[in-house]
Amino acid sequence: MTPPVPESQVMPAPRILPAGDEAVLVELGQEIRRELNLRVRALAHLLTGPEAPAWVREVVPAYASLLVYYDPDRASYEEVQETLRALVAKGGHIDLPAPRRIEIPVRYGGDDGPDLEWVAHRVGLSPEEVIARHSRPIYVVYMLGFLPGFCYLGDLPPELAVERRETPRLSLPAGAVAIGGRQTGIYSLDNSPGGWRWIGRTDVRLWDPDRDPPFLLQAGDEVRFVPV
Amino acid sequence: MGEGVAVRTVPVEAEPRIGFEVLSPGLFTTVQDLGRPGWQRFGVPAAGALDKYALIAANALVGNPPGAAGLEVTLLGPVLAVVSEGLVACTGADLGFTIDGQPAALWQAHRVRPGQVLRFTGRRAGCRAYLAVAGGIAVPEVMGSRSTYTRARIGGLAGRPLAAGDQLPVGPLPIDWRDRDGLALPEALRRHGLPQPVRVILGPQDDRFLPLAIERLLGAPYRVTPNSDRMGLRLSGPKLLHRAGADIVSEGVAPGSIQVPGDGQPIVLLADRQATGGYAKIATVISADMDFLGQAAPGDRVTFRAVDVATAHRLRKQRLELLAAVAEFTGTAALAGA
Repeated sequence: MTPPVPESQVMPAPRILPAGDEAVLVELGQEIRRELNLRVRALAHLLTGPEAPAWVREVVPAYASLLVYYDPDRASYEEVQETLRALVAKGGHIDLPAPRRIEIPVRYGGDDGPDLEWVAHRVGLSPEEVIARHSRPIYVVYMLGFLPGFCYLGDLPPELAVERRETPRLSLPAGAVAIGGRQTGIYSLDNSPGGWRWIGRTDVRLWDPDRDPPFLLQAGDEVRFVPV
Repeated sequence: MGEGVAVRTVPVEAEPRIGFEVLSPGLFTTVQDLGRPGWQRFGVPAAGALDKYALIAANALVGNPPGAAGLEVTLLGPVLAVVSEGLVACTGADLGFTIDGQPAALWQAHRVRPGQVLRFTGRRAGCRAYLAVAGGIAVPEVMGSRSTYTRARIGGLAGRPLAAGDQLPVGPLPIDWRDRDGLALPEALRRHGLPQPVRVILGPQDDRFLPLAIERLLGAPYRVTPNSDRMGLRLSGPKLLHRAGADIVSEGVAPGSIQVPGDGQPIVLLADRQATGGYAKIATVISADMDFLGQAAPGDRVTFRAVDVATAHRLRKQRLELLAAVAEFTGTAALAGA
């Protein structure tokens, strides 16, 4: 594989890997870090904007990688790799549009967040303090996945990091706000299974298949939780 | 996957006709078309028929465009009462398709009349049969597709498999529908069974496995286990060992990805897979062989062989040429770009 242009000491070399014969994985790193995720966003931007190559069918941004579905009738594997390498290099130097910022009203605790007390006890804070610290940061939507509309948000303040449940819940409601590790997320679908700790709930609908657009959030958006 | 569908305008009827009443739903019968690509970055699987070749062929026989919705019938089929006259074709697995108790040839169009009963009497070969009806199953589209995705309860009939008592709406009959009665695909355009070996491209994370794991995947036979479904084909066989754990940072997951969780048993991911996932993937089944995976039934043996991307693209082209021949033979629209 051609060595990429070194951009900075801390950025790992991107790798372009085959994911079958109709997709390639552009792996920009192997960890959850904002700078890496920003580079994913830049590349996704270049591949979905007006100047996107005609062979791009669909992109799936994740924490540190972008899965690029391509049309082999329009470009060879080599051509796809070459173009992606050039775009990864370019992506480090473009001005991205400012992220959208969305406020999500959340009811914490009680029936809307049955794990709040457990979390408070586990981390040695009062429930009020957990709420204050969870709703303080501006989170970034690292990616969507798992189920339609489920958002992975980070980074959770380190003092709120707790382990997942050993036995996942079989059924969380749409709008459940939960935490796990250094992340927080919002369940988008009733009866979702889930292993994260459920601390609050919002009435905002993240996904409505009959709405246009169906999804409220996309990767790269910024989110703030507002206790109500 | 993701085949573009040739656009064809169909006159809109105010009230779709009821084509069938479901007397018995079968094991797992769902409405499927070619899926809803384009939403994976929001976590929505593409869904769609697992054996797209069989669905497209069934549609072509009854004069439908390739992307019309039909029924995907799994192992034990439903019993359907015909409500409106029309034309049906059944392709893919041989699940004992009959019309009014008489065996009805697969890969062939049959005229059906109100009061007749379509029944699947038992599996002989394969796993999934596709039943197309002239006009297509006319359930509403959800985000561009009629495909059922049961986990999120969208598409098809309220996002679920068929149930007894369901009435299946069908679209308007094409003008020439009667002329197609008896139309049958020649043997060269039919497909049967699961060819061996199934071809894969190594990666994206083959470097996270011990060399022995690659050797085993490409050398040893695996068996399809009964807990396989539309999300994935769960295989059992020699353990595939990771170098340093099965977990990776979650990333987008392509169809055909062979992910290996900590227990070392591979899962080939199919149309209802989650759009992203956090297990290392040793290899990916090539697009040309994906149809066949839809026909792998519990207990079937699967072997794998590695090819390069250029070879996979050649085989992909051959599949599209075969589909173009189906369209040509039946005088229907080809897949865009085929």
